[in-house]
Amino acid sequence: MRAEAMSGTSLLYNLRFRAILYQVIAVAGIVLLGLYLFSNVSQKLAEQNIATGFGYLSREAGFVISQTLIDYKPTDTYGRAILAGIVNTVWVSAWSVVLATVIGLFVGIARLSRNPLLAFLAFLYVEALRNVPLLLYLFLWYALIVTGLPGVREAWEVMPHVFLSNSGLTVPSLVWSGAHTTVLLALVLGGILAVVFHRRATAERIRTGQARTMWPWIALAVLLPPALALLIAQPDLAVDLPEKGRFRLTGGAQLRPEFTALLVGLALSASAGIAEIVRSGILSVRKGQWEAARALGLRDGSTMRLVVLPQALRVIIPPLTSSYLSLFKNSSLAIAIGYPDLVMVSNTTMNQTGQAIEGIAIFMLVYLGLSIMISVFMNWYNSRVALKER
Amino acid sequence: MTTATDMAEAQVEMPLQREPGVERRLLRRTLKPLIGTPVNAVVTLACLWILWLAVKGAWGWLVTRAVTEGGAQACKVGHGACWPFYEAKLRFMIFGVYPYDEHWRVLLAMVLFLGAMAVTMIPRFWSRRLIALWAVTIVATAVLIGGGVRGLPHVPTTQWSGLPLSFLLSAVGLALGFPLGLVLALARSSKLPAIRVIAIVFIEVIRGVPLISILFMASVMLPLFMPSGITVDKLLRAQIAIIIFAAAYIAEAVRGGLQAIPRGQHEAASAMGLHYWQAMRLVVLPQALKIAIPPLVNISIGFFQDTTLVTIIGLLDFLSTVRTAMTDPNWVGIAVLEGYVFAAFVFLVFSYGMGAYSRFLERRLRLGHD
Repeated sequence: MRAEAMSGTSLLYNLRFRAILYQVIAVAGIVLLGLYLFSNVSQKLAEQNIATGFGYLSREAGFVISQTLIDYKPTDTYGRAILAGIVNTVWVSAWSVVLATVIGLFVGIARLSRNPLLAFLAFLYVEALRNVPLLLYLFLWYALIVTGLPGVREAWEVMPHVFLSNSGLTVPSLVWSGAHTTVLLALVLGGILAVVFHRRATAERIRTGQARTMWPWIALAVLLPPALALLIAQPDLAVDLPEKGRFRLTGGAQLRPEFTALLVGLALSASAGIAEIVRSGILSVRKGQWEAARALGLRDGSTMRLVVLPQALRVIIPPLTSSYLSLFKNSSLAIAIGYPDLVMVSNTTMNQTGQAIEGIAIFMLVYLGLSIMISVFMNWYNSRVALKER
Repeated sequence: MTTATDMAEAQVEMPLQREPGVERRLLRRTLKPLIGTPVNAVVTLACLWILWLAVKGAWGWLVTRAVTEGGAQACKVGHGACWPFYEAKLRFMIFGVYPYDEHWRVLLAMVLFLGAMAVTMIPRFWSRRLIALWAVTIVATAVLIGGGVRGLPHVPTTQWSGLPLSFLLSAVGLALGFPLGLVLALARSSKLPAIRVIAIVFIEVIRGVPLISILFMASVMLPLFMPSGITVDKLLRAQIAIIIFAAAYIAEAVRGGLQAIPRGQHEAASAMGLHYWQAMRLVVLPQALKIAIPPLVNISIGFFQDTTLVTIIGLLDFLSTVRTAMTDPNWVGIAVLEGYVFAAFVFLVFSYGMGAYSRFLERRLRLGHD
């Protein structure tokens, strides 16, 4: 009797038993909560006569998407509409990342300039962008484009055949054909060749200790494949010139105001954050490194490229990853100004089908998946630049 | 050491070096960074030109070209800032659709709230008495805004709007997100695998999706998850979304602090006979939270700005009331910039103030460590 009570209490005071007990309670709690919510949902859905499942993805969508990169017409399926939304999201995010990185790099270096006026201007730029919500800027840029620029009929011809109006920027475009794709592929091939060549030459130089002039060979590696492709495929150089008709502009490629406002808004906001990241990265490299490089006889440019930047990148990459990720997630604000990204297309789909759970699940999974992909890529890059300790 | 730029510098400085004198030296020290080298001189000129354009544009819009009298028609003709718009719409932009005669209540609540914030921000007042101060402030603001007691007319949440709503959403989001975030951070650094996995999945899923998708979830899906017959207020649903979102980010900031505490502290605490919760409460958390304060302030600034997203699910926050004022039939198409400029100014003042405070705090905490 007494022994039994003893073992009962000692079991409760056994650390391993308690650890297991806590975990069982936590998991059971979550499972029960999930079951409870699931039963509520099924009851509600049955009451409101809402269909479930992803069958609707293969039904005809029937709504117009104002701008798509892939071919899409209202007679296509919901699945294709959502795919068009995903492509639009990735498209605007990718361009914004490039633009934000370039601007952020320059502003970040300008913040550290010895010229006080330039440093002050860069400071104003960063603070003005960081302290005002992105959504407000999106509305503002959109309003400026739509109300500040003339209508299509009075479109402003900035350069011959380049029109600026409140329906966006219209520029001449190439009539794309298979031959163009060949040339583009050849250009990519040339780039890869040049990188391989450069690597080989560097390895050779390190092995033998003798530097040879490499740039003519690299230039040749870049230029030769596209030149050959040009000669063989002979792409048509037909250009689609936009013309001002009586009511609208015809021809050419158009940069819509929604896209432009979103691109500018995302890129500028992110560039302010990136500028601060670049600044703190460069500041993290000690002054002695500059002095040592100079003592070795390196010029300013080489010091930056060979000594400071590789060390600064270690500090820069992790926060840069999170600012790319937040830019990508912020592209979902597109819905506020009517750029048809994933969220906006999903929203239209949900309104038409009533299947909110599936719609939200799809876009959350897509965001989650793409976020994970971005962070995996950036972690891989980070491990390349990280300090190699023996 | 003598590079080409140094040579150029020396050449430019030559005329100044001839007559050494106090004024000359002072002048040289000011001018050298500005026009030390030819490139620098060009940069300086370009900066001056940009500044001149910005100041001229802003001054012209705000003052010389501004329309100060007349109504919407006068603004339609003019090209500057429309002051009559501000005169007519300022109260609506700040207080939204809150009953006009009761505006003093929200104003008083905001003054109380900002006063309590100001007191909290001064390190000299950091003590347990702050908890009492906040308890009083929260009760007082809730009574003032909601009403329904002591002759104050009841104001339903559908009429809570404008700047007070933005403050409310971010303050409550952070205040309730903090304890939840703390628990999540502890769970994530726990030794128990099941609990750690649950915390990791929760935090990473929330951080991997945009806030707007969580707001959508709260506004569209949450009603489906509730048992029949129970409806959750629209404002409350958005608030729950913001709390959950804030908790995930706060958890990561706190975890950063926890990771900075060396193992020795945990081991010393258990050697003293403290159990897990005692060790956390008395030894580890006080140190970890101190380290986590600067990132937590940055998260707060971000959240104050992020509450504008509730505009998209149809709540009348500050940005939303400003936009409503701009699309008023009397003013639509006339006050295109005015509303946004005002809203941007308000956000700039509060966010920059918080940012400056965060930098001050960081300096102070660093001094405390050395």
